[in-house]
Amino acid sequence: MKNLPLLFCGIFFCLAFSWTGLILSSQLQLGSLRPAAIEEGELTYPRRPTGQAEQGKQEYIRLGCIYCHSQQPRMKGFGADFERGWGDRQSVPRDYIWQKRVLLGTMRTGPDLMNVGQRLTSADWHHLHLYDPQITSPGSIMTPFSYLYETRRVGEVPSADALRFPPGYAMAPAEGYEIVPTDRARLLVDYLLSLKLDYELPEAKFSQ
Amino acid sequence: MQLPASSDDVLGPLAIRDQLSLTRIDASLRFVCLFFFTAALVWLLIGTVFALLTSFSLHSPSLLPCWEWLTFGRIRSAHLNAVAFGWGNNAAFAVAIWIMARLCRAEIRHGGLLLIAAIFWNIGLTVGIFGILRGDITSVEWLEMPTYVAPLLAVSYVLIGAWGVLAFAYKKSEHVYVSQWYILAALFWFPWLYTIVQIMIFFEPALGTVQAITNWWFGHNALGLWFTPIGVAAAYYFLPKVLGVPIRSYYLSLLGFWSLALFYNWAGMHHLIGGPIPVWVISAGTVASVMMVIPVIVTAINHHMTTVGHFKSVWQSPTLRFVVFGAMSYTLSSLIGSTMALREVSQVTHFTHAVVGHAHHGAYGFFTMVMFGSIYYMMPRLLNREWPSACLIRIHFWCAALGITLMAVALHIGGWIQGVEMNTPDILFLQVVKNTVPWLKARSVSGVLLASGHVAFFVNFIWMLCRRSEAFAHEGPTLIPLFWKKEAATDQQD
Ligand code: HEC
Repeated sequence: MKNLPLLFCGIFFCLAFSWTGLILSSQLQLGSLRPAAIEEGELTYPRRPTGQAEQGKQEYIRLGCIYCHSQQPRMKGFGADFERGWGDRQSVPRDYIWQKRVLLGTMRTGPDLMNVGQRLTSADWHHLHLYDPQITSPGSIMTPFSYLYETRRVGEVPSADALRFPPGYAMAPAEGYEIVPTDRARLLVDYLLSLKLDYELPEAKFSQ
Repeated sequence: MQLPASSDDVLGPLAIRDQLSLTRIDASLRFVCLFFFTAALVWLLIGTVFALLTSFSLHSPSLLPCWEWLTFGRIRSAHLNAVAFGWGNNAAFAVAIWIMARLCRAEIRHGGLLLIAAIFWNIGLTVGIFGILRGDITSVEWLEMPTYVAPLLAVSYVLIGAWGVLAFAYKKSEHVYVSQWYILAALFWFPWLYTIVQIMIFFEPALGTVQAITNWWFGHNALGLWFTPIGVAAAYYFLPKVLGVPIRSYYLSLLGFWSLALFYNWAGMHHLIGGPIPVWVISAGTVASVMMVIPVIVTAINHHMTTVGHFKSVWQSPTLRFVVFGAMSYTLSSLIGSTMALREVSQVTHFTHAVVGHAHHGAYGFFTMVMFGSIYYMMPRLLNREWPSACLIRIHFWCAALGITLMAVALHIGGWIQGVEMNTPDILFLQVVKNTVPWLKARSVSGVLLASGHVAFFVNFIWMLCRRSEAFAHEGPTLIPLFWKKEAATDQQD
């Protein structure tokens, strides 16, 4: 192995081999996936995400939620994802075709979020949880995101979306003040509520 | 007996000429290597600060003030990028190019250009990490730095790597050593990986989960085809060099290299076991991960069989202590890694802190320890002076060794428990979370240990840089006295 060109070819071949084998061939296999319907003529899934959910996703990316949350429920019988309500079925490649940035995640410090919009449907809950996870989930190690909220004087009428803290909450705002979500928090919650695995695909039926 | 750490070569006229040329090669790389090492150490300290912040905020989430730039995902990613591409790459660049130049018997010419590329690498990194903290983080694992620094990083890397390849192309020595294959391959693989993955994830995103496949092809290969070969190359160079014995078997090293080159590439897919990608991709990943046992065992035989019987020298020489620890961690963590890639095991460990523990075991226990050892060897040769304090070296070693052992043990066990509980639906998720906290606290303790070691190392390093006198060289290398035999160190020193 003294010959540079020969050594070089070997080195080149090894990486090219795995790139072709893993990436190029998956691209060939998956690259043509389109939304599909269970029965001819029905709505095709997955649906395109709304603009707000897309913007909220940018916040999810910027805030690094992926480092504690996955978005890939596994099939029934492999782990307890199904029993925990993280998805009525496993997620499959077609579920992700609209995503410009795929956020599968590899860490479950917190629960899988692929189906969180079906599990936790209240925006108020999400806002309280993001503001201070200890309110909704005492003992949680999720970090608070209170900088997504602003404190301001209560106007003539209290804002409709001001956070409603449980009685006795130690860090509640002073009398005459309220805490409201910023646009970023609203978009983020829109995104969370949009995360639903509530449709079937030809290759993935519920309870699979 | 000859001094183990200084017996660069056997005596004889040929060897003396050789020694002279080595000295010239060292001199040709002096400034660049010192720059790389200083940058590496600064990044190591910065990365350590972010590591501590991250680790503490994970078990005590309201400890840090709720400022946006201290967001968990961002400081965690700042830590990763600072230690991997700041500490790891800077150290690896210096070690790789220096070993390459020495083995090729080729002085490095136009070192000024290399220095400029090195400066640009570090500028790119600074901008990138700043970008992560201010919110331009991409949330793609191992590629968190914003896309606007990627071209700068890629170009600087290629310019730096070119020097290693050029040294090989114009080599003056007849023989080609194992270390050279590894370094050559690594210098070539990394920029290729990096460029492809930047294009396929950011500039022209591939469809859906093909991105995830590309992501883990890169993420795992950054370790396997960049840090690992450099670490293995350094171990292959320093073990026989310092001990003055040949490597166990040339043919085994050949087998080890090519099996690593062939299998490691495919192994990354085990990060997606059970995920929404074609099943055959996962199977390929699992098979390759198990096949990795071959290069690992082969390398282990070569490394460990070279060192057996030299226990005293290993324990006295700072270089060997660290490198041997690293080589042992390589064997252990790789075998654990192959096990974790099995479907049944992964069902438990996937998505848990065990994976984090495994990553640190490999990246720190193996790679970082080998780099520490290499720096202990190279600095005296670059500066012509000795390490000022054996005591600081000892503190560094024990903090690092105990720290990483504690971290690996705590996270593997804690992660395993977390995985088992997560797979038991009767246990509330919040309870699973709470049960991880003691293990996460143990990790913070290990972080404090590692940080103390880094401070000791840094102090020794700066002290050495600032030390005026060059007279220390004739006193012989700084050895670590054997505590059970006080006079041992002195009779080695004549
Ligand atoms: C440090 C890790 C961590 C980070 C970062 C993190 N989370 Fe969490 N998250 C958790 C943990 C632990 C839980 C479970 C306990 C709880 O409900 O707080 C959780 C729970 C949740 C839940 C409730 C899910 C359920 O099924 O109960 C939602 C929704 C959520 N997180 C959203 C987010 C969003 C959005 C972000 C980013 C802005 C984020 N998380 C960042 C750790 C984290």
